[in-house]
Amino acid sequence: MSALLDVRAVGKAFGGVVANRGISVQVEEGEIVGLIGPNGSGKTTLFNSIVGHHPIDEGEIYFDNGRIDKLGVPEIARLGLLRTFQQTRIYGGMTCVQNMLISAPQQGLGVAAMLAPHTRAEEERAGELLDFVGLYEKRHLIAGDLSFGQQKLLEFSMALMNGPRLLLLDEPTAGINPTLINGLMDRLQRANAEFGITLLVIEHNMRVIMNLAQRIYCLAHGELLAEGAPSEIREDRRVIDAYLGAT
Amino acid sequence: MSAPSTAAMNGHWGRWAGYGAILAAALIVPLVFPAFQTQMAFLWLMIVFALTWDVMGGQMGYNSFGNILFLGVGMYVCAVVQVGLHVDVAAYNASMGASALDLTMGQYLTGLGLGLAAGAVAAVACAVVLGAGVLLLLIAVIVIAVAVGLCNWLGLPPVLGVAAGLGAAVFMALRVPALRAHGLLSLRGHYFAIGTLGLGIAAGEVASGWQFIGAGSGMVTPLYPGELGGREQFFNAAAFVLAVATFFALRRLYAGRFGLAVNAIRDDEQKAEAMGLPTTRYKTVAWSVAAVFMGIAGGLVGNIVGFIDPRDVAFAGATYGVWMVLMAILGGKGTIWGPVLGAAVFHITQELFWTYLLGWQRVALGLLIVLIVVFFPQGLLGWVRARWPERFGHRVDSRAAEEAEG
Amino acid sequence: MLDNIQILIDAPPLLVQVLLDGLLVGAIFALAAYGMALVWGVMNVINLTQGDFVILGGFITVSVAQAGLNPFLGLPVAAVLLFGLGWLLYRSVVYRVVDKDLFISLLATFGLSILLQQLMNQGFGADVQSVRSGLGTWFALGGLVTITQVKVVAFATALVIGALLVWFMKRTRMGQAIRATAQNARAARILGIDTDRVYAVTFALNAAICGAAGALVVMTWIVHPYLGITYTVRAFMIVVVAGLGNLAAVIAAALGLGAAENMAGFILGAEFQLAFVYGLLVVILVWRSWRLARERKVLR
Repeated sequence: MSALLDVRAVGKAFGGVVANRGISVQVEEGEIVGLIGPNGSGKTTLFNSIVGHHPIDEGEIYFDNGRIDKLGVPEIARLGLLRTFQQTRIYGGMTCVQNMLISAPQQGLGVAAMLAPHTRAEEERAGELLDFVGLYEKRHLIAGDLSFGQQKLLEFSMALMNGPRLLLLDEPTAGINPTLINGLMDRLQRANAEFGITLLVIEHNMRVIMNLAQRIYCLAHGELLAEGAPSEIREDRRVIDAYLGAT
Repeated sequence: MSAPSTAAMNGHWGRWAGYGAILAAALIVPLVFPAFQTQMAFLWLMIVFALTWDVMGGQMGYNSFGNILFLGVGMYVCAVVQVGLHVDVAAYNASMGASALDLTMGQYLTGLGLGLAAGAVAAVACAVVLGAGVLLLLIAVIVIAVAVGLCNWLGLPPVLGVAAGLGAAVFMALRVPALRAHGLLSLRGHYFAIGTLGLGIAAGEVASGWQFIGAGSGMVTPLYPGELGGREQFFNAAAFVLAVATFFALRRLYAGRFGLAVNAIRDDEQKAEAMGLPTTRYKTVAWSVAAVFMGIAGGLVGNIVGFIDPRDVAFAGATYGVWMVLMAILGGKGTIWGPVLGAAVFHITQELFWTYLLGWQRVALGLLIVLIVVFFPQGLLGWVRARWPERFGHRVDSRAAEEAEG
Repeated sequence: MLDNIQILIDAPPLLVQVLLDGLLVGAIFALAAYGMALVWGVMNVINLTQGDFVILGGFITVSVAQAGLNPFLGLPVAAVLLFGLGWLLYRSVVYRVVDKDLFISLLATFGLSILLQQLMNQGFGADVQSVRSGLGTWFALGGLVTITQVKVVAFATALVIGALLVWFMKRTRMGQAIRATAQNARAARILGIDTDRVYAVTFALNAAICGAAGALVVMTWIVHPYLGITYTVRAFMIVVVAGLGNLAAVIAAALGLGAAENMAGFILGAEFQLAFVYGLLVVILVWRSWRLARERKVLR
């Protein structure tokens, strides 16, 4: 029984710039794992590689024991591996409920499934999840009119609507009002505990990630620098140096 | 609680008023003004053009300048089937339709029905292949060209070469998934717009060079066998049925998952992909939906006009091709009533005033496009919605509710 | 079709002739393409009136010739008049759509294109027109290959105009302002560049380039009010292949397109030459997006 997500020695370069080199990351089912590192250390590139946004140069990626590094973005997403974006992305011209409904997993790829109407269950689920993130009152508003923080919550609830097994979150607290951060952390933990969604989180806010994650990987200069429990990472000399800019 | 229900009532009233006006026009005009039957038929067809353009342009954000392709394909295929059921098509076209067909009503209707169906199928096939299989098509064409050349040289029947080309395309489609879903629909934004623009013109150029369908001198459609004046009545009714079918089919589609999916693609296609939506499939289905109705409309236009000119009737990018974009934007793109409204306003204006412009119509058309795009890009319905938002239902009610709360 | 290929293989001088004609006309395509790249790069507008500017330049040259003047005088006249027209169009319409979304500007210039096309149709008539340059013909390869001198002159003129443009962009203040605006319009504005003026000059300059190209077209080929769109499509194709801001690549792509198109016209028959151009457009665009999809860029 191997890990839910198994990234093995992945490398990726853009032209001459090496963004990732020999990175191995394992995420077990049910965990919350953190991914930290200074700006430009290759965290988002690793996310993009995992979800199939671009082909990787070397290494292999397995999800639920199946190899996914040759698949495209939608195929991987349909396997139950979803990501959110650092620059929050929602469907700005549609209402919150519509954003939620279209995020429901599609029953098959046939034309019938594509043209099907929404089910009662989907509509109820959308309402529940919007309530879960506290957006129920705003469900009929145009999503593009929401504040940035609310859009972030909406994007998160859209991901939940899809019912993924593993969710990659790219800086969920960036740009959010500090008073709302605790609430968001609570939601993330409940999503993990109640809905059984495994989380892999990129985060710059150390207080958040140290409290949230059970294990943390630290990247620097495109390579894996350290791995361990939050307490170990906090004490790790190399991690501190990397964040303070020493080499 | 009374605000939402009032809005819903308004919505209902608006909708039923619209249905009533259209039904009245459809029933009364043929009776009162029998001379305007053909103009009425074109009004219904314009509505079909604008509605189907809006599936891609308004709802999905893929602005196509090439939907005219489906009209022309449907028109030619329908005419070829209508003629081909009875005589040799090439000979018929070579004689410029001089060997006019003398059909019974039954024969005519059978031919027309089969022709319309074939036209719709051909248009959908074009949408699928060009939308998602240009690379495969290219491979097939190259292999066929080379293989047919080889067969000629070796003295083998050229059919072998064609088979080899098709075989290669199928093989590549099965073995190389990256090639499979790659066509015009993988182009984004302005690349798609200009690519489809080229497509529409290319089709016109090919049609005017192809002897089988009459090349530049065009093709005559079979004569309607019924009594005098019956032709106009028949095609007016057919066009009306098509417009109604298009409207309700699209309304049904927009109400379900399809509608949200194409809207999602319009708002953020990469996000839609990341959420696991099969975007290529949705785009292909959307274009095919447009193609079905355009293909059938093409068959009707060919028979109403009676003569298919490759550049001015079939692949008439400068008229129908531009009008459909203009009508959808004029009415308000991305809505279902907008294109209907835009088509009605445009067509009626055109019928009333166009004749006074004496050859300056197309100048006026260019000016109209510039004026609408620059000064009125949200369209009639968009303007009305911005002006009286409460008439457009719940969205604004909850915004008001939010203000009341906070 | 196969017979035509056979002819080319059997008679190499004919092959040379077809390719040479294509290359010579390609230089004219390069001018229109360079102008399109300029407007695209600086203003982020894809100008669909490109080809109509070319045709209008041609008609102006026809008028100059009909007035009894040397047709070569048509080139500066067309350039100056088109510069004025470009300025006018920018000040009246284009400036309103520069910062709007791309489809709005695309559609606005499409409307302008129809407008220009139909005005030319009204003003100059719907006939095919051409101008005799009064130059002779050279013969090469023992008289089997003919080179009309006017094509060579047109080719050379196109290159000279290209060189002048490079000089203008590199050495003059306006040229430098244009390049700065292309790189970052906001920064340029902060640094005191009047970007609105830069846009106006860019658009007008592009029109002038196209007008000059049109003068060359009408002397080597023909013009017709409705032929503009083909030049627009050619220019677009060349820019897509060559990228923005690379003159050498634009010239190479333009010459390649000219040669390929002439070749296809010979092999498939002249009636399918334009179909080939538009078909090639579709193929190039799809090929490009396929290549991009295989090496997607960073996403945040």
